Amino acid sequence: MDDPQPLWVQYWNYIGRILRGDFGLSFTYYPTPVSEVIAQALPWTIGLVGIATLLSFIIGTSVGVLAGWRRGSWIDGVLPVATFFSAVPYFWLGLIAIMIFAVWIPIFPASGGYAWGAIPGFNIEFMGSVLYYGILPAVTIILSSVAGWILGMRNMMVTVSSEDFVTVAHAKGLKERTVMVGYAARNAVLPQISGFALALGFIVGGTLVTEIVFSYPGIGFVLFQAVNAKDYPLMQAIFLVITIAVLVANLLADVLYVVLDPRTRQD
Amino acid sequence: MGFIRNRKSLTGLIILGFFVLIAIIGPWIAPYDPDALGDATLAPPSPEHWLGTTQVGQDILSQLLVGTRGVLVVGFVSGAIATFLAVIVGVTAGYVGGLTDEILSALANIFLVIPALPLIIIITSQLPSAGEFTTAAVISITAWAWGSRIMRAQTLSLRNRDFIQASRANGESLWRIVTVEILPNLTAIIASSFVGTVTFAILSEITLAFIGVASISDWNWGTILFWAQSNQALARGAWWWFVPAGLCIALVGMALALINFGIDEYVSPRLRTTAARSRDLKRLGITPRVGFTPVARGHLAPPKPRRRPKPHEPVPAIDTSFAMIEEEANR
Repeated sequence: MDDPQPLWVQYWNYIGRILRGDFGLSFTYYPTPVSEVIAQALPWTIGLVGIATLLSFIIGTSVGVLAGWRRGSWIDGVLPVATFFSAVPYFWLGLIAIMIFAVWIPIFPASGGYAWGAIPGFNIEFMGSVLYYGILPAVTIILSSVAGWILGMRNMMVTVSSEDFVTVAHAKGLKERTVMVGYAARNAVLPQISGFALALGFIVGGTLVTEIVFSYPGIGFVLFQAVNAKDYPLMQAIFLVITIAVLVANLLADVLYVVLDPRTRQD
Repeated sequence: MGFIRNRKSLTGLIILGFFVLIAIIGPWIAPYDPDALGDATLAPPSPEHWLGTTQVGQDILSQLLVGTRGVLVVGFVSGAIATFLAVIVGVTAGYVGGLTDEILSALANIFLVIPALPLIIIITSQLPSAGEFTTAAVISITAWAWGSRIMRAQTLSLRNRDFIQASRANGESLWRIVTVEILPNLTAIIASSFVGTVTFAILSEITLAFIGVASISDWNWGTILFWAQSNQALARGAWWWFVPAGLCIALVGMALALINFGIDEYVSPRLRTTAARSRDLKRLGITPRVGFTPVARGHLAPPKPRRRPKPHEPVPAIDTSFAMIEEEANR
């Protein structure tokens, strides 16, 4: 605490230590190093949030394609429902899910990442338990984030399907499905992917709170404990890790964009 | 005005208006003092307590009514600050261009990628007293980037239109061009960005209160949920403790989303006409198909000839979707 060195030297040393993966010791889990706490929590978050977000993107985009293509059909009825779910905070949907599926009809566990008896490791019992405990949080995340993808994709489909090349594709006598997927959706999905990259920061924030509600042993829950205990080294490190994760996901989305859009490869 | 007549935005405005009214008169019409302890503890909804009571007998309806003000104040204050920042940064970057644009855009991109909620949680938890206005300030610092990006893209495309060129040739001052020529054309986008930011701010604020980071002495819907969660309302089956607050959040969020749909359809006619037309066609028994022009004798009104937009009214073909931004960004 009473370091005689000037601030910039301390900062420089701090950066140096971070590059070596040394974030100091956690106050909450003293004397465990922060890096170890994070290493334990990160796989849970990447597993839950990563898979749920990807699923939500895929489901939302597919429904959006149909909703934009067959306007006026029953799929339009999905839109108000989706809007409602997108307006609800993630954590509240989690609370409701716990109330219904863990308290009223106790078919899913209310909290935790795996059953008490299971021994962590690559055995069937543990993996099954992880899947079972992950269902409720994952469904919560998917339900509350899918609406944005549906609406975004629907609006892009509406815009793209009145373009001339779609009319030409129809005129050529191509199958409806080919035109929808290969012509309209192929083009409409591009802004959706750059949107995915940009929205990731928002989504990750929301899903971390889901972990808090479910006491899921991931980064969000650890951050919650760190905030309550004023555990600054842990908070700093968690924020850094989340930011880096979002940046990496952004990079991946950019690469995917280049793969999907030949125009970006020309120059 | 088309925007008001739009069914979606009208519904949204009515719901939002209802909550604004509650925010103003809430503390006066609340039947009990939200802090007052009562005899009926953890009681389900009854004629005395419409939404039941908490573990220490506080009336939940009163907490909800009193708490509305905090939610809306933080939402609108952060929405206003963030939109103001977004307009300044976005319009400057788009209009001035060059190095200024590069720097401001980089700044906006950085703020866009930083996960906002963890940052807000960390900043607020380190501040000594996180009251309503502190929370609003922290939220708006992290929420302006999205709007500024859209604003920049739109300013870029406006900058080279004829009427701006003409006023520049006339020797009008920079201030006048920005305020009189550019800003009126950004109205719809500014409004939509404001509404979006308010939604984000309300959700963030409630999340902060729920996890106990913001001050829990002020009542707002998140505080109710915080107490419900910390007193095990779920395990005790006290659904009346947290369901109403969540429904209110959802209603406000939905109202704001509907208003934004209305704005979107207002600025992007394609979204509007296709929705309306497919409904008309359905009524005539024609299945609408993309790329085909339906022929119905005498039932459908011929399309109105398109007017050219005058400089001072919103340009109709503005598309707020990502395609536009990307196109501009790649230029």
